[in-house]
Amino acid sequence: MFHGHLQATASTTEGKARDSAAVARRLFSYARPFWHRMLVVLGLTLVIAATSAAGPYLIGVAIDQYIANGQIDGLSLLMVALIGVYVAALVARVLQTYIMGWLSQMTLARIRFSIFRSLQGQSLRFFDRNEVGDLMSRLVNDVEAINVVLSQGLIQALSGFFALLGMVVAMLALNFELALASFIVLPAMFFATSFLSGLARRAFRRTRETIGDVSANLQEDIAGVKVAQAFNRTDVNRARFAQRNAANRDANVGATAVTSALFPAMDVLSTISIGIIAGFGGYLAIHGQATVGVVVAFLAYVQQFYNPIQQLGLLYAQSQSALAAAERTFNLIDTPVDLNDAPDAVPLDQIEGQVEFKDVQFAYSPSHMVLDGVSFVVKPGQTIALVGATGTGKTTIANLIARFYDVAAGQVLVDGADLRTVTVASLRRQMGIVPQNSFLFAGTIAENIRYGRLDAPDQEIEAAAKLVNAHGFIIALPQGYSTVLGEKGGTLSQGQRQLIAFARAILADPRILILDEATSSVDTRTEALIQQALAVLLKGRTSFVIAHRLSTIRNADHILLIEDGQIAEQGTHRELIAHGGLYADLYRRQFRDLPSDGSPDGQTIDSGFGR
Amino acid sequence: MRPLGQALRYLLPYWASALGAFISMTLVAVANLTYPQLIRRAIDDGIMKGDLGATFAVAAGLLGVAIVRGGFSFTQGYLSEKTSQGAAYDMRNAIYGKLQTLSFSFHDQAQTGQLMTRVTSDVEMVRQFTGQGFLQLLSAILMFFGAATILLLMNWRLALVTLMTLPLIFASFIIFISRAHPLFMGVQARLGELNTILQENLAGIRVVKAFVREPYEADRYARANDELLLQNIRVARVFSTSFPLMFFIASLGTVAVLWYGGSQVVAGELSLGELVAFNTYLGLLMFPAFILGMVSAGIARAGASATRIFEVVDAESEVNDRPGAVPLPEVKGRVTFEDVSFRYVGAERNVLERASFVVEPGQTVAIVGTTGAGKSTIINLIPRFYDVTAGRVTVDGRDVRDVTVGSLRRQIGIVLQDTILFSGTIRENIAYGVPDASLDDVVRVAKLAHAHDFILEQPEGYNTRIGEGGVGLSGGQMQRIAIARALLLEPPILILDDSTSSVDAETEYQIQQSLSSLIEDRTTFVIAQRISTVRNADLILVLDQSRIVARGTHEQLLETNALYGEIVASQLHDDVPVPGEAVEMEE
Repeated sequence: MFHGHLQATASTTEGKARDSAAVARRLFSYARPFWHRMLVVLGLTLVIAATSAAGPYLIGVAIDQYIANGQIDGLSLLMVALIGVYVAALVARVLQTYIMGWLSQMTLARIRFSIFRSLQGQSLRFFDRNEVGDLMSRLVNDVEAINVVLSQGLIQALSGFFALLGMVVAMLALNFELALASFIVLPAMFFATSFLSGLARRAFRRTRETIGDVSANLQEDIAGVKVAQAFNRTDVNRARFAQRNAANRDANVGATAVTSALFPAMDVLSTISIGIIAGFGGYLAIHGQATVGVVVAFLAYVQQFYNPIQQLGLLYAQSQSALAAAERTFNLIDTPVDLNDAPDAVPLDQIEGQVEFKDVQFAYSPSHMVLDGVSFVVKPGQTIALVGATGTGKTTIANLIARFYDVAAGQVLVDGADLRTVTVASLRRQMGIVPQNSFLFAGTIAENIRYGRLDAPDQEIEAAAKLVNAHGFIIALPQGYSTVLGEKGGTLSQGQRQLIAFARAILADPRILILDEATSSVDTRTEALIQQALAVLLKGRTSFVIAHRLSTIRNADHILLIEDGQIAEQGTHRELIAHGGLYADLYRRQFRDLPSDGSPDGQTIDSGFGR
Repeated sequence: MRPLGQALRYLLPYWASALGAFISMTLVAVANLTYPQLIRRAIDDGIMKGDLGATFAVAAGLLGVAIVRGGFSFTQGYLSEKTSQGAAYDMRNAIYGKLQTLSFSFHDQAQTGQLMTRVTSDVEMVRQFTGQGFLQLLSAILMFFGAATILLLMNWRLALVTLMTLPLIFASFIIFISRAHPLFMGVQARLGELNTILQENLAGIRVVKAFVREPYEADRYARANDELLLQNIRVARVFSTSFPLMFFIASLGTVAVLWYGGSQVVAGELSLGELVAFNTYLGLLMFPAFILGMVSAGIARAGASATRIFEVVDAESEVNDRPGAVPLPEVKGRVTFEDVSFRYVGAERNVLERASFVVEPGQTVAIVGTTGAGKSTIINLIPRFYDVTAGRVTVDGRDVRDVTVGSLRRQIGIVLQDTILFSGTIRENIAYGVPDASLDDVVRVAKLAHAHDFILEQPEGYNTRIGEGGVGLSGGQMQRIAIARALLLEPPILILDDSTSSVDAETEYQIQQSLSSLIEDRTTFVIAQRISTVRNADLILVLDQSRIVARGTHEQLLETNALYGEIVASQLHDDVPVPGEAVEMEE
C-alpha cells in the first residue's frame, strides 16, 4: 500500500512538472507576437550583464596597472572608459525596463481579454454553477499573480542569470584557480535555493487560496450590503470577514518565513566564499601567483554573487504561484462551452414567429425534472400567457425559446426550424426579452435603452420610452435621458428600472417578445396604459407573457397553465373560465374578496396584450 | 502624500514587530558597514604584508559577521512581513467595516467592481510599501548617513567629491515620485473600471446574451483594457528612467573616487587599502541609492492607492448615531411622519414632498401609487436607511435620528423589493437576522411564508445550498425565503416592499391569510400593486408625484379618489377608462 502510494505521488508530481512546462509554453504563446521585442530585451540584458562584469574589471585594472604604478595619464583614459560603460548600462537599463514593461502589460492585456471572451461564450448553465464573486476573484487575483512574475520577476532573474554568467566568465579569465576555489559554494547555493523554494511553493499556494476566499465573499457582501444593514448583520459580517482576512494574513506571514530564510542562507554561503578568496587569494598574492588587484576584483564579484542566485530562487517560488494561477486561468479559458452553434448551423432568416414545443423535457440538475413533456404550438402574431405557481417552469420555457439552455429531450422549433440547427445570434437578434430581474448597466438612461439597438437615433429611444410610459419620469430627472445610472440603478425605483428594461426590449424591434414579469413592480394603472400602447405595436408579432396578475393575462390569445412541469390546461381566458378547472379557480380566487363591480367572468376581452 | 502618512499610522499597533524589524535592519546595516573594514584589513594587514594568519583571522571575522547579518536579515524579513500584513489586515477590516456601515446613499452610487479593487488591489499596494518599502527607505537613509559619516572620517576631501552625487539622487527621486503618483492613480482607477465592466458582464450575462451584445461588450472591455494598458505603459516609461538614472548617478561616485582617490594614492596621501575600502563604502552609498530607486515606484504607487482607500474609509456616512443617541427600548409600533421631505444626494427635486401621517400600533398601512411616486422612499425612511431632508420620522414618539441605528433596525423586519439571498444553506438564509435561531423557529416562519413545502422538495431540504454551486430558485421562491427571513425577527414593525410581486396570486393569497394573524399586533407597512393585497388595510396612502394625494380606507378612497379608482379599475375592468389615452376598442 505504502509503496503504491509513493509511486502514485511520484507520478503525479512528474505529471505536474510536465503540466507546468505546458502551462509556461502557453503563457509564453501570449507574448509570441512580440518576439522581436523579446529579442531586443534579451540583447539589452546581455549588454547590462556585460557592463556589470566590465565595471569591476576596469576598476581592478585601474588599481593594478595605474594607481599602484602611479600612472595618472592612463587612469584618466580608463576612467572615461568606465563612464562610457556606466552610460551604456544606463541606456540599456532604461530601454530594457521600458520594453519589458510594455511587453508584460501587452501580454497581460491579451490574457485578460481572452479570459473575458471565454467567459462571455459560456452558456447560462455555466453561470448557474459559478458565482460571480468567485469568477471575479479568480480573474483579478490570478492575473495579478501572473503580472508579478511577468513584469518584475522574469526580468530580474534573467539579468541575474546573465550577470552570474558574465561574472563567472570574468573570474575564470582573471584567475582560473582562484575562480574554481570561489565556486565551491555554488552547489550549496543552488541546493539551498531549490529546497527553500519548494517550501515556498506550498506556502504561496495557501496564500492564493486564502486571498480567493477573501475576495469571493467580498463581492457578495458588497452586493448585499443593504440586506446586511436592514438585518443588523454588519457586525457578524465584519467578524466573518476579519476571520478570512486573518487567514490570508497568516498564510502570507508563513510564506515569508520561508522566503526570508533564503537571503541569510545565501549571505552566509557567499561570505564563506569571500573568506576563501581572502585566504586563498591572499596566499596566491603573497606567493606572487595573483595580483592584489585580482583579489580585490574577486572580492567585488563574490559580493555580487548571491544577488542573482537569490533572484532566481525567488522567481522560482513566484513562478510556481504564477503557474498555478495561469493553469487555473487556462482551465477557465478552456472550459468547454456546452451550448454552441452546430457546425452546420445556418442563420435564421426574418421569422414569422411560429413557436413550437415538441415533447420538451428539461432539468437544471439531473435530480429534478423541471419540464416533463411540454408540447404546444404558437401561431405567428399570437400572445401567449404562461400561468402557474412559482417554480413550476414558466421562466424555463422562456429560457428555452431564446435557447439559453438546450432541451434534454424533445424539440423547440421556431418557424419549423429546430433551434439547435440555427445560429444563436440570428435567433436572439429577432427576440426582445425583458427578464425577471431588470439588470441595467452603469451608464446613462439613453445608453441603457439603446442597448436594444445600438444604431437607434434619439427619437426612437424616446419613442420606446414613451411607449412604456417611462418618458414622463425620465424628462423629470435633472439630466433627463443623460442621467447616469449606477450599476444598482442609482436612485430609480424598481418599477422605473423595469420600464427602462422594457423600453430596451421594445427598441430591439423583435419578432418575438418575451416578457418575464416585466411589469411586476409597475403599478397596474401604468401597466394598463402600456398594454394599450403595446396592442398596436405587437400586431403581427409573437409574444410570451409571464405574469401573476390575472388582469395582465386574461387578454392573451392563448393561456398555458403550467403545473408540475406539464401543461395542465390551455385555451383562451373565456374557454378556460367556461371549462371551470384550475384556471377558473385561480381567477375566481384572485378576486374573491373584491366587490364585484367589474365583470370577472371576462365578458369584454378587448383591449390589452396582443391586440 | 498625506494619505500615505495616514496609512503609516496603521503600523502603530504593530510597533513592537516594526521596531524589531527596524532594529534588525539597522544591525544588518552595521554589519554591512563593518564588512569593508574587515576586507581592508585583509588587504592591508594580510595580503600586502604577506601575513597569512592575519588573513585567515579576518576571513573568520567575516564569516562571523555574515552569520549575524544572516540571522538579523531573517528577523527583518519576517518581522516586517508580520507588521505589514497586520497593518493590511486592519486596513482591510477598516474599509470593509466602513462599506458595511455606509448608508444607502453611498451604495446607490457605488460600483461593486470599483469597491472590490479598493479592498483588494489597493490595500495590497499600500501593504507592499508599508512592509518592505518604508523600512527599506528608513534603512537606506540610515545607511546613507552611516556610510557618508565614515567616508568623511576616513578622507573628508574624497568624501566630499563623492557626496556631490547626493543632491542629484534626491532630486531625481522627488521628481520621479511626483510624476509617477498621478499615473498610478490612473492605473488603479482604470483597473477599477475594467473590473466594473467585467462584473457587469458576469452579473448581467443574461441581458448581454438576450440582446446578442457579446461583440459590443467585448469591444467595451477591450477599450477599457486598452486604457489600462496605455496607462501601464505610461508608467513603464516613467519607471524606466527612475531606477537606472539613480543607479547611474551613484556609479559616477565610483568614478570620482577612483579618479580623485587614485591621484591621492599616487601622491602618497592615501593607502591602496584605504582606497579599496573607500570604494567598498561607496558601494554602501550606492546601495541606498539603488533602494531609493526601487522604493520610489512603490511610494508613488502606494500613495495613489492610499488616497483611494481613505476616500472610502473617511467617507462620511450620512446616517450615523448622533452623539448622545440612546438605544430604542422595545417599541409599541407607533410611526409618524411629520412634514417629511426627501431628496437623494445631488438630486434637484424632492422624491417625497411634505408627507405627514400617523400610524397607530398594530395598524396595517398600505401604500399605493404610480411607479416612481415615492412608495419605497417612505418605507426606506423608517429604518433610517436614509435621513430625511426636512421634517421628521418618529417611532413611538422618538425621532429616529435620536436613537441608535442598531436598536431601531432590530425592531423592524423588512422585505426589500430587490430579493438578495446569500450563498449558504436555505436555513442560514432564513436565519440571517437571527443566526442562532433553532430549526423549529426557521420551519415555523417558512411555513408562514409558504416556503416550507418547496423547501422540503429540495434535495437536502433546509440544508440545501443556494447560490454558489447550489440549486437555483425561482424569483417567487426567493421572495418567500426573504419573507421568512424578515418574520423570524418577530419585529414590532414589519415592512413588505412589493414582496410578493413574483409570487403567484394563489400563493400570495395564502401568505396573506397566514400573515393576517401574525400582523394583528404589529405595525405593518405594505407596498403592493395588487388591490387584493391592500384593500383590507387600516389605512391606505395614495401617492402620486412625490405627494400623498389621498388617504383612507378602501371604501372611502373608492368614493373620493379618482386615481385610486383608476388603479382599482385597471385590475378589475378590461375596458380601462384611461384619461387622455383613449384607445379605440375593437369588437
